[in-house]
Amino acid sequence: MSDGAVRSMRVGRKESAVFLPRAAMSRFAKFLSVSLLAPFLAGCNAVVMAPAGDIAVQQRDLIIIATVLMLLIIIPVMVLVVLFARKYRASNTEAEYEPDWHHSTRLELVIWSAPLAIIICLGAVTWVSTHLLDPYRELGRLGPDRPVPANTEPLEVEVVALDWKWMFIYPQYDIATVNELVVPVDRPISFRLTASTVMNSFYIPAMAGMIYAMPGMQTRLHGVINNPGEYKGIAAHYSGHGFSGMHFVTKGVSDAEFDTWVGDVKGSPDMLNRQRYLEVEKPSEHVPVMHFAGVESGLYTAIVNMCVELDKMCMSEMMSIDEQGGLGHAGIDNLAPALYGGGERNRSPFGPQKTYVAAICSTDEAIAMTAKLPAIHAPNSAPLLGRGIARPEAVAQSNAPALDWLAGKLAFNQNTSTDAL
Amino acid sequence: MTNEFWSFIFGRLTWDVLPLHEPIVVVTFIVVAIAGLAVVGAITYFKLWGYLWKEWFTSVDHKKVGIMYMVLGLVMLLRGFADALMMRLQQAIAFNGSEGYLNAHHYDQLFSVHGVIMIFFVAMPLITGFMNYIVPLQIGARDVSFPFLNNFSFWMTASGAVLVMASLFIGEFAQTGWLAFPPLSGIEHSPASGVDYYIWALQIAGVGTTLSGVNLIATIIKMRAPGMTLMKMPVFTWTSLCTNVLIVASFPILTAVLTLLALDRYVGTNFFTSDFGGNPMMYVNLIWIWGHPEVYILILPAFGIFSEVASTFSGKRLFGYTSMVYATVVITVLSYLVWLHHFFTMGSGASVNSFFGITTMIISIPTGAKIFNWLFTMYKGRIRFELPMMWLIAFMLTFTIGGMTGVLLAVPPADFVLHNSLFLVAHFHNVIIGGVLFGIFAGINYWWPKAFGYKLNQFWGKISFWLWNVGFWLAFGPLYVLGLMGVTRRLRTFDDPSLQIWFIIAGIGALVIAGGIGAMIIQFTVSIMSKNKEWDTTGDPWNGRTLEWATSSPPPQYNFAFTPIIHDGDAWADMKARNAQRPVTGYMDIHMPRNTGTGIILAGLSVVLGFALIWYMWWLVILSFVAIIGAAIMHTFNYDRDYYIPIEAVAEVEDERTRLLSGAR
Repeated sequence: MSDGAVRSMRVGRKESAVFLPRAAMSRFAKFLSVSLLAPFLAGCNAVVMAPAGDIAVQQRDLIIIATVLMLLIIIPVMVLVVLFARKYRASNTEAEYEPDWHHSTRLELVIWSAPLAIIICLGAVTWVSTHLLDPYRELGRLGPDRPVPANTEPLEVEVVALDWKWMFIYPQYDIATVNELVVPVDRPISFRLTASTVMNSFYIPAMAGMIYAMPGMQTRLHGVINNPGEYKGIAAHYSGHGFSGMHFVTKGVSDAEFDTWVGDVKGSPDMLNRQRYLEVEKPSEHVPVMHFAGVESGLYTAIVNMCVELDKMCMSEMMSIDEQGGLGHAGIDNLAPALYGGGERNRSPFGPQKTYVAAICSTDEAIAMTAKLPAIHAPNSAPLLGRGIARPEAVAQSNAPALDWLAGKLAFNQNTSTDAL
Repeated sequence: MTNEFWSFIFGRLTWDVLPLHEPIVVVTFIVVAIAGLAVVGAITYFKLWGYLWKEWFTSVDHKKVGIMYMVLGLVMLLRGFADALMMRLQQAIAFNGSEGYLNAHHYDQLFSVHGVIMIFFVAMPLITGFMNYIVPLQIGARDVSFPFLNNFSFWMTASGAVLVMASLFIGEFAQTGWLAFPPLSGIEHSPASGVDYYIWALQIAGVGTTLSGVNLIATIIKMRAPGMTLMKMPVFTWTSLCTNVLIVASFPILTAVLTLLALDRYVGTNFFTSDFGGNPMMYVNLIWIWGHPEVYILILPAFGIFSEVASTFSGKRLFGYTSMVYATVVITVLSYLVWLHHFFTMGSGASVNSFFGITTMIISIPTGAKIFNWLFTMYKGRIRFELPMMWLIAFMLTFTIGGMTGVLLAVPPADFVLHNSLFLVAHFHNVIIGGVLFGIFAGINYWWPKAFGYKLNQFWGKISFWLWNVGFWLAFGPLYVLGLMGVTRRLRTFDDPSLQIWFIIAGIGALVIAGGIGAMIIQFTVSIMSKNKEWDTTGDPWNGRTLEWATSSPPPQYNFAFTPIIHDGDAWADMKARNAQRPVTGYMDIHMPRNTGTGIILAGLSVVLGFALIWYMWWLVILSFVAIIGAAIMHTFNYDRDYYIPIEAVAEVEDERTRLLSGAR
């Protein structure tokens, strides 16, 4: 979401204070949750109904508000079903019987407008709450009447869903962990998420709702944990055989404890560079907690762009090149056979050999590489072109100008973070 | 040389793919094989093959095709439910470090195949069976528009079911969940035969579903009896029309998206891969653009059944027919505007999420109106609590809860904490069992006397009713609770021992439902075997209101000797009120379609084609494909397609009915 949209929604939140007295509703919701649900859920740890983070608390309140709104119509309907079924049973000959009564405009109006009224209320609540609780939105508060202090720096965590464990990179502290997420309480957390091979979903029920983590893509989530404690972290989308064992511990700790923990992790002998990542990335189940004292710079960006292996071209580069019209014939040749992944076994029967787009590390290397290939001349374009369609600049002459142009592009890309893409 | 030869013949099918190392599957296979041999032996012993082939397999009579659909659906229900029981048992015992009794390879197939079977090979055939049987009778037609196509559609659906069943014993089924999201379902992460079984079973069954949709739309639009304007159609026919419009508009999307997935897997394209410009999100969008209308495809005919049941057993005209019809049409249109609510959590913006959340809620308005319409149909009625009416009451109480949790899930921030949880699982079982399945059970009890001429046993029907209802809440109530405890779906093992009690209750619930299914089987058996059946000589055992009750039970092959003329919405109730006389003279020859074996032959060849594609037997792929085209062309040269039922035969049947009617009165 663009910054502009976020800003306009912040304004929206102020207005919504008039529209929906949230604090009052929250109190109302809490009252209801105690009186309605407590006996029902007594004895079990209903974390969704009793979470430890402000976002999840607001989501809980919303569940209760929506349920109560709907019960306004559901309960009368259910009562009427039972009443009518009893009163108009065939054996009760006292009851009225009007076999041809089948229409009443007034009743029709009621039965369409009553659900409509409920849905209008619920729709308004939905619109406002969806924007306020958008996982991409930065936190504005730590709890009811507790705005985020002005100088607070959110904790940044980069999450990678691997087969079948979770990796957490803390860029501000230059550490990383596997299957353990430790966060200071009352500090907003800003997650960026991706996955290595297949889709998954990142879910800490006590903190906030889930968000998917998908390969080659990045999603975002914001949350906070208000109460110290240990919470479950879950892989919520089926991802293969090791899925059931793919959970992690989330610990909410004090600032001091967090600093101690960071120090501990810093003391670990293990470092997370690209090569180590590729080892950890391999499928494994029931993985114990791992700590990494340092993280190679740009590793997360490389994971999102699926180019941890140095000889693969990053998706950001690829997209940027494509956006400019592509590499023409040079691009077609720039493939290398896949050496990792499933290899031959997982190849489609009629598909080409599995390949990947090779990285072009520097302009010189690229020119050297293509120089070894037989010179490719642009085919005679005359019969191919429609009138008035310009030929793409990059392939118009030969490879050389395209590579000159590429050099400029790559220099630009290397200085640009993924966010800008 | 020999190795190459065998791999040319059998593709990648080797002895290794047989699940001989899975004792559960081996035992299942032995049981299925023995039971299958017993059935085949019995049919041979009683010399029934000729009868089955001539009277059923090759039949183009919509009534027989409808019954075959119902049999298919009920048989597959047993398979799908067996899978459910196994999952419940696994989840009830896999605690405290126990791995349970199923390994990941087996368990992950179970939840995938359970979903596929229950939607495609239980709910769809049962719904289609009803539409086939009832719609032509309700509109006063002699058959559907394209009788051969109807037979062919059925066999294609059955072929898909055969492939799914084959995957149990030869190779494996998909381990991807019932919608097979890539990249997991791509060749890189699922190289074995499972996803290929998924693709080809659904593609073959999809041909049947789409064609039967076309067929029924044409039937309803073109073959209504004179006088039956659209707004005089019975509500079940209306909901069938809307459902088939949805089928024709949405199943091609499924076909297309599965074709693209197949191309990714077979020829190395990159539609849904993570690299080379592929986009898995595109698959998720496309499959749900089919998937959401699909749930309305299932529920609308059930709504239709309940409408018929409500007015018949309240002895009253349906309240608010017009608003019922408009509600159905509105649901049909809106069902295309909500698909994104299945993946709010995949990172769409807040405005997109709220749009789809609110459109989803809007669907609850016409649905709510329908509930009120049934409610006010009961109001000032004379309600007879026969089995169909009991299912209606159970539906109204169960479905409203399911609807409520559905609207709750439509609120995106609430969905963020409930998505993929057992709360979601409980919700969709609540609407599919409490809505679709209860509707089917109401329909079976309601129309059984029409199809077979006698009522179903009430005692066992009531036992089945109560076991189903109690079992349902025992099985899915705990899942609602577990969802609120933050437990997600498709898990095989658990760490938290406090969850176990809920899974045990859910398991007991599943056993109670098993009792309900058992009681239902006993109900059918007792009713069929009973010597002193309640024979229905009138053709109208419930004092019905729509046209299917105007003819005999079971209806003659030609349904109606004379095409009825319609003056009012509840055509048969209107005829009875006006004391209309049944014509007993002036019969004419009746033009009927002739049976053909082409449908079953084409479908059989499709099974071979699908099997060959799954196992990479390319020679067989080419051979069976050519054979399919050949058989289809051959069929176009078959000019012996119709015949006339002579006057004498018609008169004989009708005179017999006249005699029965006079005897009954």
